[in-house]
Parts: sequence; structure tokens; C-alpha cells
Amino acid sequence: MAVLEASGLTKHFHAKRGILGGERGVVRAVDGISFSIEPGHTLGVVGESGCGKTTTAKLVLGLEDPTAGTIRFEGRDLQGLDTAGRRHYRKSVQAVFQDPYASLNPRMRVDAIIAEPLVTNEPLSAAEARSRVLQLLDLVGLPSRAADLFPHEFSGGQRQRIAIARALALSPKLIVLDEPVSALDVSIRAQILNLLRDLQAELGLSYLFIAHDLAAVAHMSHMIVVMYLGKIVESGEARTLARTPKHPYTEALFSAALPSHPDERREEIILSGEVPSPLNPPLGCRFHPRCPHAMARCADEEPMLQDVEGRLVACHLYDAAEHRALIRIAAGVSQVS
Amino acid sequence: MSNSIPSSVSYEPTGQRLPVKTGPLLELENLSTHYVSSGGTRVVRAVDQVSLRINAGETLGIVGESGSGKSTLALTILRVLPPAARIVEGRMLFDGEDLVQKSDAEMRHIRGKRIAMILQDPMASLNPLFTIGDQVAEPIRVHEGAGRATAWQRARDLLKSVRIPSPETRVTQYPHEMSGGMRQRIVGAIGISCEPRLLIADEPTTSLDLTIQAQYLNLLRAHGLALIFITHNLGIVAKMCDQLAVMYAGRVVESGPVSRIFNAPVHPYTEALLNSIPRMGDSAQRLTAIEGQPPDLAALPRGCAFAPRCDRVFDRCRVEAPPEFAPAGRRTARCWLAAADSTPSDMLVQSGTA
Repeated sequence: MAVLEASGLTKHFHAKRGILGGERGVVRAVDGISFSIEPGHTLGVVGESGCGKTTTAKLVLGLEDPTAGTIRFEGRDLQGLDTAGRRHYRKSVQAVFQDPYASLNPRMRVDAIIAEPLVTNEPLSAAEARSRVLQLLDLVGLPSRAADLFPHEFSGGQRQRIAIARALALSPKLIVLDEPVSALDVSIRAQILNLLRDLQAELGLSYLFIAHDLAAVAHMSHMIVVMYLGKIVESGEARTLARTPKHPYTEALFSAALPSHPDERREEIILSGEVPSPLNPPLGCRFHPRCPHAMARCADEEPMLQDVEGRLVACHLYDAAEHRALIRIAAGVSQVS
Repeated sequence: MSNSIPSSVSYEPTGQRLPVKTGPLLELENLSTHYVSSGGTRVVRAVDQVSLRINAGETLGIVGESGSGKSTLALTILRVLPPAARIVEGRMLFDGEDLVQKSDAEMRHIRGKRIAMILQDPMASLNPLFTIGDQVAEPIRVHEGAGRATAWQRARDLLKSVRIPSPETRVTQYPHEMSGGMRQRIVGAIGISCEPRLLIADEPTTSLDLTIQAQYLNLLRAHGLALIFITHNLGIVAKMCDQLAVMYAGRVVESGPVSRIFNAPVHPYTEALLNSIPRMGDSAQRLTAIEGQPPDLAALPRGCAFAPRCDRVFDRCRVEAPPEFAPAGRRTARCWLAAADSTPSDMLVQSGTA
């Protein structure tokens, strides 16, 4: 059974326009997305800014209430949970954020930072809390003397380890990782990614991994969902999705990813234009104004996610077999590089 | 029109980069920039004995972690260092002239005109109170003495060349009316406005989305000028650069042609850095992490600065800092391991000349 299952998850924000606030717009930050995370697995979420990744993370963390749709945790709907049930959920789902300089209180010692979730949630004596803190520090590869220091005495990578230790304090089932390495130095990133993978293997954790760096997401994830303007455009097994993207947006995104070696030559698809405002998304397929394969029907008919060779893709190119032939021809013509 | 500026200069990219085979455009020789505290008690060697060369039309990537001195190096080349910093030794030969010896007034004529720079944050480098047209036209008016009408016409051409849609209306708008990608392209347009020989870009794409990054990088490359990319992203180097210099603790630890370094790195730091980046598609493999932390520049270890983190360290590394060795044509490495591969004749012991 999936640890977490979201179906039809939607979050709209109301935006006031103009000083008098007369006109109202709706930002469809997340618009009817569904995904599930299996125990011990990582779900990677990729997409550009404004695609709804962070809103998705906030919904999963319970920091925002969905406008529509459900999140089920271990089979139980979050909306129907009583106080005890919600408390259990909050303990089971933790987060590690991007900037370890902002996410740790500079006036608290590491000991107090890591113990805080324990003290607020469990009736522990000071000695019990302390020994648990030392265990956690050991788990994330920090010496026990770190407990008595302040965050400013640590480098970025070490701070991120402290943030991870805090997230692990309540033995969660799922950790939301929102850009956990993008604020770190290159030589430190691999340390943290390795640590996260080791912890997953050791503790059977599930991750919701959000990052800009596609290679890091592909490296860390079992499943990937690709988002564009609040919608999932493609989802599937991480490695096959990264190697053979099906949706034209995924294709462009992965072709734009920077190579890891100068001899690595990729067919490069350069998209024109920028991501449109989520306040006023294009009709039909939201990607059609930038899509190199756009057809007439893309402008007025929104494509639904459908099964294409074991993957979910929302694109009219895959509606019928004859279109599949079409994309092969189009792909051959459209390369730039 | 009283000035001699042709108003119809074409800024359209000329397609692929032209492989210009001329002498060095910029040559740094044994350059050191130190930050000195007010009492003179603390000295941070942010840039230490750096020797580098970039030819006309070439793209050089300077890679390093935060605190490795790469941004200070860029500020040194432009001579826009903060008051605490001093260029303590070395030469910077640009087109044969030593920039270290130039007066501030002379530097003002070089900056923006012959050497331009693009900064990381496009919102911070554009003035929110002036129109886009004013800001793109400013260097043209200052450096070439062009009149307002001429300069604005060229500003429109420049915006068009960086693919800003409807430049006629955009020139009268303000930075807040642009998206992030457009702002970055406008900063790029200002950078190339006086057709500089050399453009220095400090982390030019960190604030851009992936699909926008690809557009922007191709745009910069299409103009055929010499580029220095300062970045921590090896992917940008792999994609964009001809030459690479890796900095660690204020020093260039390895430099040379990009593909040669990626295929056979000499310095263990470069090697570790290359192994630590995840590659698309092989998720089963564990990443090779570099253990430890980058050193504090004010308290560098004796000997090689990378020695405490190096997995091939030996006794000599801990006591004696390696000089710059040149194992093979146009490559250098500051590592005792490179000493074995090089003959004494092409050893560059602190002199920095090739």
C-alpha cells in the first residue's frame, strides 16, 4: 500500500488585481494532480518555477489545505482525521528545506534544535531526549560534540545534516525534500545525496524529492512526475523517463539539462518563449504555445493523462497510433543544435 | 547627425562561434589579490598566484566552490575590488596593456567598453527607476558619445538581437515589467552593447529556469566574443567552454582544454569534482563524495590546501605547497602528482609564463 496517495489534488489562490481589488483572478497553482508514493521509494517532482512543485510540497505537509481533491496517508483521508490522527500525520511527514542558513534558529543550540520535535510531541525526560539527539547526530555523520554548538559554527553541508537529523527525530515515514542540495557547494552535494540514500535504505523512508537539477532528481528517484503550470504532463519510472521522455515538454526539459561531459552530445530542443502566467494559463493544452509539435486541437482541447507504454503522458500526440508515427517524423525534423 | 556612429550596426548573431586563432587577449601572470583587515593583522589570500590565458573568441570557464576566489578574480580583472582588497602582485595583460598599472580614469574607459561583465542577479543589476532604453543606451552614450536618439535606436537593435519581443515598446518600460528571463537578457544586451572584446559572466544562469537557460547560453555564445564564465556548475563548462580553470582556496589548481580535463583530470580535486556530479541515467551508482569541508582562506593549511581532503595525499603535500606544473601543452596543475609526469624543462615554478 502506498504511504501517500494524492488524487485530484487542487489548490487555487485568489489574487487581487488593482489597488481597489475590484477584479479577482484565480491562480491555479496545482490543478487536479494525482500521484502516489510507495514505502521506501522516492518520488521526484520536476518542473520550472511556477509549475506548482512547492505548492504540492506544502499541501503534502499540511501547510496549505487543498481547494479540492484528497490526500490519503496510509489509506486514510487527511480531511477526515481527528486531532490525534492529524498529530500522527504531522509526526510521520517531515521536511528538509533548501536553505540550511534560514531553516535553523541561530539562537538555539543544535541539541535543542534536534530535540524540539521530540520534546513537543513525546513525553521524554531530558536525558532520554539527549541520548536520542546523540543517536541522530551519529546517524547523519556528525560528532556528538556538535550537540552543544550553535548553527553558525557549521558549514552549509553540516547544517543540512542537522536539518536532516531534526527531520528524522520523530521517525517519520515520509520526508519532503524541497531543493535539499541546491544551496550547497558542489563538493558537498554528493555527500548529502549519499547520506539521504543511505538513510532511506537503513530506515525504509519515503521521499518526495523536489529539485531543479534533473540529473540529481533522476539519480535519487524511483518515480518522476513532470509538472507544467499546475498540471502533471508526464509521470513514470525515473530512469526510463529520463532516457526516453515522451511529452514534448519533458523532452525539451531533459534536452536542456546541462551535460555531465563535454563529449555528451544531445539533440537540443530550444523552446521559444517563457512559462505563461498561472493566473491566465493558455486554453487547451497549457504547453501548446511553446510546443514544437502543437496541432490545431491542442489549442482548444485539454489532453488527459493516458497510459503510453507503461507511463502516463498528457499529450494529444499519443491519442492514436497514427499520431505516434507523426511524432517520429516531427522529431527528426525539429532538432536544432 | 553629428557623430560618426553608424546607426544600423547589426547585432544579429553570426551563427556559430568563430574560432579566432590569434594571440592571447587576456593574460594573467602570477596575479594575487588579498583582503587585508584594517589593522593588517588578518590577510585572506582570495586570489593567489593565478596565471591564466584567454585568446580572442575563446570561452573560459572558471569553476570553484564558494570562497575559492573565483568572483574576486573577476572583480580583480575589472579593477572593481572592495576597499579592503589589494592587488599585491602580478600583471594582467589585456591586448598587451597591463591593467594593473592603469589609472582609475583609464579603467573607466575600458570597463563596459572593452571588457564587460554580467552579474548573477539581473534584478539587482538593473536600476528600477530608469527605463530599459535608458539603461541599455547608457554605455553607448558614455563610451561612444552617441546622442540619445542614436543610442536608443541601437538599444532597440540590441534588444531585438537578444530576442526581446516588440523592443519598440519594451525600451520605454521599467525592469519590474519584465520577467526574470527577459531581465537577464537585457543585462546581456547591456553587456554586449559596446561590442566588448571580453565578457565576464558571473553565474549568469543561476536565477533562470532550465528551458530559459538554454536559450540564454546560446545567445551569449553566438556573439563571437571572448567569454569568461564564472560558475560552480560543471555542466555549463561542459556545454559552453573551450578552456577550463579549476580554483580551490584562491589558486588555480588545474587548467587546460575542457575535453582533456574532463577525460583525464590531473588534480585529485578536479577528478573528485567530476565524479561527484550525478549523471543522467545511472541512478544505481553511488556518488563519489569529497569528504570534509573547503578550507578557511584566512587559515590555510601548510602545504597543499586540498591535502586534508585528498585521497591521494602523501607526506610532501602536507609540508610543501606544489608549484604550477605543466604536464602537456596548455595544461597546468598544482599537484605533486603532476610533477612525475612533467619534464623539468616545462615546469613552471612560480614564474607563470608558458
